[in-house]
Amino acid sequence: MHKFEYASPTTKEQAVALLGKSWGETEALAGGTDLLSLLKDYLVTPKRVVNLKGIKELSSVLTPRDGSARIGALASIEAVRDLGRGFAALSQAAAGITSPQIRNMGTVGGDLCQRPRCWYFRSGFGLLAKDESGNALVPNGDNRYHAILGNDGEAKFVNPSSLAPAFIALNAKIKIFGPAGEREVEAAKFFVTPKSASEREYALQPNEIVTMIHVPSTLGVRSATYEVRQREVLDWPLAAASVALTLDASKKVKTARIVLGHVAPVPWVAEEAAQSLIGKTISEDAAAEAGRLAVANAHALSRNAYKIQLASVAVKRAILQAVS
Amino acid sequence: MAEYKWPEEGKRQHLGKRISRLDGPVKVSGKAKYSYDINRPGMLFGKILRSPHAHAKVVSIDISAAEKMPGVKAVKIINGPGFEIQWAGQELVALAAVDEPTAEDALRAIKVQYEKLPHLVNEADLSKVPASNLRPASTNATGDVAKAFQEADVVVEGFYGNDVITHCCLESHGLVTEWTDSNNVMIHPSTQSVSTVHNDLARELKLPAGNIHTHMDHIGGGFGSKFQIDLWGIEMTKVSQMAGGKPVKYFLDRDAEVMIAGSRPSAYAKVKVAAKKDGTITAWESDAWGSGGMGNIGSPPYPYVWTRIPNIKTKFQAVNTNVGPQRAWRAPNHPQAALITMGALEDLAAELKMDPLEFFLKNIELTGVRANTYRDELLKAAEMIEWKKNWRQRGEGGPGSTKTVKRGLGLSIHTWGGQPHNSDCDVIINPDGSVEVKMGTQDLGVGTRTALAIVAAESLGLPLNAIKVTIGDNRLPVSGASGGSTTIGGISSSTRRGSIDALNTLFEKVAPAMNTTPDKLEAVGGKIQVIGDATKSLTWKQACAKLGTQPITARGKQPGKEQLASAGVGGVQMADVSVDIETGIVKMNKFVAVQDCGLIIDLKTAESQVFGAMIMGVTYSLYEEKVMDDQTGRMLNANMEFYRLAGLRDIGEFQVHMMTGKGYDERGPIGLGEPPTNSPGAAIANAVANAIGVRVSTLPLTPDRVLAALAKKGGKG
Repeated sequence: MHKFEYASPTTKEQAVALLGKSWGETEALAGGTDLLSLLKDYLVTPKRVVNLKGIKELSSVLTPRDGSARIGALASIEAVRDLGRGFAALSQAAAGITSPQIRNMGTVGGDLCQRPRCWYFRSGFGLLAKDESGNALVPNGDNRYHAILGNDGEAKFVNPSSLAPAFIALNAKIKIFGPAGEREVEAAKFFVTPKSASEREYALQPNEIVTMIHVPSTLGVRSATYEVRQREVLDWPLAAASVALTLDASKKVKTARIVLGHVAPVPWVAEEAAQSLIGKTISEDAAAEAGRLAVANAHALSRNAYKIQLASVAVKRAILQAVS
Repeated sequence: MAEYKWPEEGKRQHLGKRISRLDGPVKVSGKAKYSYDINRPGMLFGKILRSPHAHAKVVSIDISAAEKMPGVKAVKIINGPGFEIQWAGQELVALAAVDEPTAEDALRAIKVQYEKLPHLVNEADLSKVPASNLRPASTNATGDVAKAFQEADVVVEGFYGNDVITHCCLESHGLVTEWTDSNNVMIHPSTQSVSTVHNDLARELKLPAGNIHTHMDHIGGGFGSKFQIDLWGIEMTKVSQMAGGKPVKYFLDRDAEVMIAGSRPSAYAKVKVAAKKDGTITAWESDAWGSGGMGNIGSPPYPYVWTRIPNIKTKFQAVNTNVGPQRAWRAPNHPQAALITMGALEDLAAELKMDPLEFFLKNIELTGVRANTYRDELLKAAEMIEWKKNWRQRGEGGPGSTKTVKRGLGLSIHTWGGQPHNSDCDVIINPDGSVEVKMGTQDLGVGTRTALAIVAAESLGLPLNAIKVTIGDNRLPVSGASGGSTTIGGISSSTRRGSIDALNTLFEKVAPAMNTTPDKLEAVGGKIQVIGDATKSLTWKQACAKLGTQPITARGKQPGKEQLASAGVGGVQMADVSVDIETGIVKMNKFVAVQDCGLIIDLKTAESQVFGAMIMGVTYSLYEEKVMDDQTGRMLNANMEFYRLAGLRDIGEFQVHMMTGKGYDERGPIGLGEPPTNSPGAAIANAVANAIGVRVSTLPLTPDRVLAALAKKGGKG
């Protein structure tokens, strides 16, 4: 890897001052479980690496009695593995990262900001996977793990975050700190589909950092995450779904959020599928119908039609798991 | 006088017992030093620039910028302008620098111009393979296949395949190499052949073979891919010379390891098989192809094991692909042949509505000389997996199946040779009573150190801890490469002969003092005594003290007098799986193996060999695949993220039974590293077909393929 300057600030103000104004100039280091591979593979070649781990205030996890949670961006993934009933979607997503090393080294903020696992991107063909003549490699290539939703643009990778679908299902907000101070975005709006290879997959400015994720009250929330995965040991899900439901006194669905992971360049909010559950008692049929609706607009690439089925099943099973 | 032949059951002190690996503690505690762990003072780090293109001509290489970089000590072009690259990852430039990042940066300072040429990297669809990539077909025929198919009651046709997989050694290929002076080289390689790996290097460097010293204590996996010094071994030794002889460490990065350091050839076949209504197999016809990269490959043995099917016709064609070349992979060609043969036969049984166990037993004479062994092993395995209780007709779903999860059982049988390799062994009895066994061998997974100690201790009537075993160095007596499951037979035979010869020499020395003759002595329980008379004895120590100052050194050899080891084994495996028909995910419930390997030296390490093979088998059946990109010609999963290996939670429950006793023991030890690797793909694929009612044609059995097979069948479980 190219030589770089290493900075280890102790406050968020210092950190954002050390970060560059354009992507690629600097990189923020948290757990390093992704950044180190990116550096070793020369996929990022920053002039400076800014270690955030020295900012102690960003590591706390607070769970007040109102059922909400304030999760510091530097909290380990392990720390959100056992947050209690309402957070089941989040805990299960964290548990799905079946490597104790990664759960303990990796951070919640890092999970949200990790880069796609698209094998063309990781082989050096850029975020939008083009060869030296500018031909897009994914449409005619091996796209078995690529997007089935939101794939009509040039970005066809899938968002790799395990926790993002759960945060979005739980209506979390992401707190961001930059030179202009603090701002907050809904978790669903934190992720963006880049239009060029020099953009990133999240709504941060190059000199901003995630500081905290705020999950509103989960009292009465039934949530779950279901991953379709080949291996029980560390593996990327082929498709995943997080759901969060509230039920009325007669066990009919009052509110529903359904978010798919590993199927689109961003965590995919399945609005129509969620709406289909409102007013219904959860049954195998209702869950299956929501699963069908969640992929109604899916569009398979040449080799990933099977993922449509997997995503649909993940939604169905997450719903059933949430109420079991 | 002590005799070479192995002691009979009941007279064995250590042989065949369940003994833990002597080097287990150093391995699990991390104290064991693998060659990868060797670091030398002033050591440099080697790196190799590899072609990103699968087929191209090198137009020019400019290494000047790399040479000028601070910390870079030597840069050497391996394949220069004009060279035609045949696969992505092929070596172009070697260099060494003071640390790894500097070496990596230096690689990126090298400028290469390529002229790209067309490539072929996938061959599963033969219709898309250009004629120029096809090698001449070979054919074979016995009997009258056309007539047999015409007269058959049932004929089944199918397509079966195994994609290319890689060895993926956890300790990657490589070495630490240095010039100890201007004429002598010391290497610490990761090798399956401690005694011979230096020979090619000596030839290349024009050094006498004796000037190269090889040392390796432990190896982290080879599977058939680590016999040679390899291009990088030679080039890095030259780079070391350019850098004043300084030690250079070069081990392949993971991507190179899986791209170019060996692969198992693919095998695909269209198969047609026939039987009579009563289940008698009458004919086999196969049209097969496969690729191991640019080199030629031989046909897997079709039909596998069932060689006495009366009418057989086979065709095989090797395909040239621009992919890193194949190397021997644990029982070359057998796992592929097993999948294709047992798959076709299990499909035939399903068509006949026959239980494949009954079907195999009915036809078992068609397997030839080991028919009785297979019969015994099939019955034993069936008992272990409770076949009768758990097997159902194809597609019905075994007991415990639900609407979405279907259970199935499958089986396979296999064979292998495993004849002993040549081996020299020094057995030394010291005047203080200590015993040493010295041999230029290695432990590829055999449990070599443990086996040597067991054989020597058994032969000398001593406890295991009385034996000091030294292996892993080419200055020790030469023993063969560990390949072809030849090690256990070779090393145990030479050690037996050496131990017995040493003991007889000791008998000669002490007989006069015991007022007897050497032929009346035996070594039992740490004593030298008159046969049958324990009152006339010396302790081992007292006896050895009579040697004065000169130890006894006996050179045991294989081959030698009396046959102590043999070849040819059979094995049976049965798999119990669950398939989620909504997701296509396959889970292992239980997997059983019954295996013979002649006389067992150590039951525990023998079982471990089988367990290891089964884990590797689950892995290649469900996960492993070298994914090659048609457009770029590159391997897309050259990492351990998408090149998946099974973990403990993925393998389910294993049970192993070793066939021992009469009929087995008298054959002497037979190699075991390979045979149990042959059946897993077939047994697991057959279990999946049994569970879901449709054949998933090609390994690995990934969710996309399982779902596609189900969809073809009509989406029904």
